[in-house]
Amino acid sequence: MLIDDRMIQGIFFYIFALIAIVSAIMVTVSRNTVHSVFFLILDFVSISCLFIMSGAEFLGMIMLIVYVGAVAVLFLFVVMMLNVAQQENEWFQSKKSKEQNSSHIPVGFLISTIIFFELIVVIGGWKLKPEIFSNLKPEVMLGTTNTHSIGSVLYTDYIHLFQISGMILLVSMIGAIVLTYKKRVGLKRQSYVRQISREKISGVEIVNVDKNKGVKIDV
Amino acid sequence: MSLFYLETLLIETYKIIFLVLPVLTAVALIVWLDRRVWAFVQKRRGPNVVGPFGLLQSLADALKYIFKEIIIPATSNKIIFILAPIVTMTLALIAWAVIPFDENLVLADINVGILYLFAVSSLGVYGIIMGGWASNSKYPFFGSIRSAAQMVSYEVSIGVIIINVLLCVGSLNLTDIVLAQKDMWFILPLFPMFVIFFISALAETNRPPFDLPEAEAELVAGYQTEYSGMMYAMFWLGEYANILLMCALGSILFLGGWLPPVDLYPLNLIPPVVWFIIKMLFLFILFALVKAIVPRYRYDQLMKLGWKMFLPFSLIYVVLTSSFLIYFDLLPKV
Repeated sequence: MLIDDRMIQGIFFYIFALIAIVSAIMVTVSRNTVHSVFFLILDFVSISCLFIMSGAEFLGMIMLIVYVGAVAVLFLFVVMMLNVAQQENEWFQSKKSKEQNSSHIPVGFLISTIIFFELIVVIGGWKLKPEIFSNLKPEVMLGTTNTHSIGSVLYTDYIHLFQISGMILLVSMIGAIVLTYKKRVGLKRQSYVRQISREKISGVEIVNVDKNKGVKIDV
Repeated sequence: MSLFYLETLLIETYKIIFLVLPVLTAVALIVWLDRRVWAFVQKRRGPNVVGPFGLLQSLADALKYIFKEIIIPATSNKIIFILAPIVTMTLALIAWAVIPFDENLVLADINVGILYLFAVSSLGVYGIIMGGWASNSKYPFFGSIRSAAQMVSYEVSIGVIIINVLLCVGSLNLTDIVLAQKDMWFILPLFPMFVIFFISALAETNRPPFDLPEAEAELVAGYQTEYSGMMYAMFWLGEYANILLMCALGSILFLGGWLPPVDLYPLNLIPPVVWFIIKMLFLFILFALVKAIVPRYRYDQLMKLGWKMFLPFSLIYVVLTSSFLIYFDLLPKV
């Protein structure tokens, strides 16, 4: 049997694509919520492998760092903290118990069909610029790395979009903090500077206590 | 044609084995070194019975772990419980693929080496979370929640520190990062960043004084409480392999990797690999000394240090570094 580069690439592509699809299905199907998050992580990892296979190593690594290293950790954190781990996914149990015959599946089908047709309408009616297909072929800059080419486009041609997306992230971050922040009163805090700069003279005070009167020490 | 692929496969396997075996041996030795340094600070002797100077102590420990029974708690989530140490160990080992020990002595010389290392070290938190959650018990769960927050926080500052170095190099390749330090190691211009990197590396690998995920006084052993036998040993090996990796990363980013301090006669006779190992050992002994000397942080102090001091300071340093490089026209030409 003849093996060449294309075949090996094909084998690896199909392995990663299969893992990605199966784990994406398992995210919705698995009973345990924490298992769902782990399948989501597997999905992210296999997709970043696909990115790396297609030569976009920078995107693949950023995918790993941002989605797997930070976003999925927070997902997992929330899922574990809210104790939804014990709560089982009841979508596929509805056949067993008739009284709680959940109407999740028909509603889900309805919504997904609507979205599917909407997407068809939107994409079908999309007017593309005639020159877009000639623009799609990137000028392959030999001798420059992936990171370099992304940077040279992102910080020149698309700087405004880049900064706007940064602003959106900043605003949503501030919004999240404002929504959840509660000023608590009567909280005792430590101040390192005050602790370190305490002197013997100000720290110790000798008080003459009158008989049967006591002294108030709380400041 | 297919013989060619078989040959490539065999050669790569051979290379991988000769990378993994020294790393595992080094891990066994630094566990011994860690305990010796710790004992030395406390005026004890430490492990000195098995083999010369007790060098084979880790081997004896490993044998003990292998022959112990592996207990899987009845109420645990068995698949994830078994996967957790495997994930920790695998992630700790695959990161070594991109570490350059010499100019050409590297398994995979990829363009985004530093991002790969960063990604792998940020995945390291999963082993701990999986272990803590799957054990289905209070202390492991507390430990894993603590470590998730801790590792995510300190990753942010490590990322910003790496940006500082990358500004001076202009490449994400680890070999390029080392070669850029031929004239001056980055520890000189970026000394504050080196200090912050060192402290963040302590927090990232859950070493004292930031070993809150496994604080034995409060949480028994944190996420490792329910593990026994070889599974515990795998956690432990993965942890030390990660510590060694952080030492390697520190010496690549700041201490000039395999380069001698100055390229002069007696110094450049020493092989580059030896220089690299000396730098890693120096950083590791610092790690071990910190463990022996500094008391454990409280959790709010840890978070305050990470978010309110390290992150703003390293961000300001990014601005300073880039302004300096632009003003004196020192930006690397790519």
